[in-house]
Amino acid sequence: MRREIPLIITAVVGIIFVIQYFIPHWPFSKMSDWFSDWFSIVAACAIILGALNLMKLSFLKVYDRKEGWGYAAVIIITFFLMAIVGIAGGRDFRNPGTSFDWLYNYVYIPLSATMFAILAFFVASASYRAFRARNFEATLLLVAAFFVMIGRVPVGYTLSSFMPEGWQLSNLATWVMTIPQAAGQRAIMIGIGLGIVSTSLRIILGLERSHIGGGK
Amino acid sequence: MTTRTKEIIALVAVALFVVIFYIRKVAGRGAIEFPTWLSMLVILLILASLLWILVLTIRGRLIERRVVFLYVGIAVALPLFMSLTQKISVSPEVKQLYDAIVELPEGSKVLLSFDYDPPSAPELQPMAESIIRLCLQRDLKLIIMGLWPQGPQQANLALEKVFDDEDIAAKNLQYGVDYVNLGFQSGNEFVIQRMGGSFQSMFQSDYEGTRYEDIPLVRNVRNFSNVDFSVNFSAGFPGTVEWVQIAVDRFGLDLGAGNTAVQAPQMYVYLNAGQLNGLLGGMSGAAEFEDVADYRAKGTKFMLSQSFAHAVAIAFILIGNVAFFMSGRKSRLKGD
Repeated sequence: MRREIPLIITAVVGIIFVIQYFIPHWPFSKMSDWFSDWFSIVAACAIILGALNLMKLSFLKVYDRKEGWGYAAVIIITFFLMAIVGIAGGRDFRNPGTSFDWLYNYVYIPLSATMFAILAFFVASASYRAFRARNFEATLLLVAAFFVMIGRVPVGYTLSSFMPEGWQLSNLATWVMTIPQAAGQRAIMIGIGLGIVSTSLRIILGLERSHIGGGK
Repeated sequence: MTTRTKEIIALVAVALFVVIFYIRKVAGRGAIEFPTWLSMLVILLILASLLWILVLTIRGRLIERRVVFLYVGIAVALPLFMSLTQKISVSPEVKQLYDAIVELPEGSKVLLSFDYDPPSAPELQPMAESIIRLCLQRDLKLIIMGLWPQGPQQANLALEKVFDDEDIAAKNLQYGVDYVNLGFQSGNEFVIQRMGGSFQSMFQSDYEGTRYEDIPLVRNVRNFSNVDFSVNFSAGFPGTVEWVQIAVDRFGLDLGAGNTAVQAPQMYVYLNAGQLNGLLGGMSGAAEFEDVADYRAKGTKFMLSQSFAHAVAIAFILIGNVAFFMSGRKSRLKGD
């Protein structure tokens, strides 16, 4: 029964969600609302589970002095710091001028932005090393990337401002984005959509069981 | 000179720069700004050094990865101190979003969903600020929410910034009457689906804990049919894709979007199909919106850095390809 009950729940919920999309009336609309509420509750609990799991793994890493345990220690300290400051702040802990707000604005935001900004360096370095005109397809990609990269910034407009309207670099970048790029994206999205439909059907029918775990 | 020494010198240079910048700020002398001649000189020096790297590459000497990092750092940081102005070309999708907002009659309700967190803020915060400013300037009512936990806090930062503007402050806008922040709700796309039936089922109280029915602005807002327009600021999942698939396709919401540059290409499909009523892509989208709204702020200021960074990346791609063809020629010559 440990496997059958989750499979039955999955099948019932899946079938009702499919039906309510096409028949959005009672009783399916009501059932869909119940399941959506349950999803929100489960998602909220998952945040707590995620935090507890992070703490467990970090504590174990520090306890066993595994490689990089110092970073795990930083995670534990900052986790408790933010949690304690937030709880001590009471109901209005996020309001401007509170300690939590200060930590959010002057620690969390700059650190997050810094981590994301590092991408710029790696993207440029990776482009230098890997973006080569090895064959026709790669050359095509390179030329498209050139037009989009230069056409999407004002310097592209400045460089091609002498060209007639419609032939400037910014116009070419817009054309690349709206026509060939969108066509490629659409093909990918249709492929993904078909994949989602077939996988969902397999899960609803109980043919795909990997999501409930437990090996074979 | 050893690598370690070079690293220490680079760190000391950065630290000195930061200290000088901080001292100037504390002393109230404002931001450092290069005069135009110095800006041009810096640009010429960078161009000359890039040409020198190209010559070295042609001679068969490949540059290290650290050099690329250094140039990207310079390309991003130095333009922040330059006083050069650039003409911005407004793309059709940005104009479409601007037109959609300005065509709304006074008092229309606009739903803004902040589905991002601080890492994406440099791109999305400028567009959020300029859209909020435009809406408030045109006396539109704002209903703010977030599907990401930090979203509503980012919204508050944007509101704080907009209220610093004298024109907006002079309007004496009231929380709960002219704008409201409903806060975060967990549940990803299911939140959007439930909002299609009832906003109140997902947001029983606002960010500050006031009960939904006690907020004058949303008291009569039952679902998407009571919202005139919506803008989603998105950095991933859940975001614009989910808003289009559920709120637009199923409930007929009129939606515009502001996305990170990485995510924006995926949205052109929805834009072409008419499911999105306007799109701002990355910082360039923010700068274009500021230009069309005639309010130049962070987006426009940072575009100089982005122009430089793109130019440097293109230069290194060209140099990399020169190196690739040179090495190919050499190997072919050896083969012969």
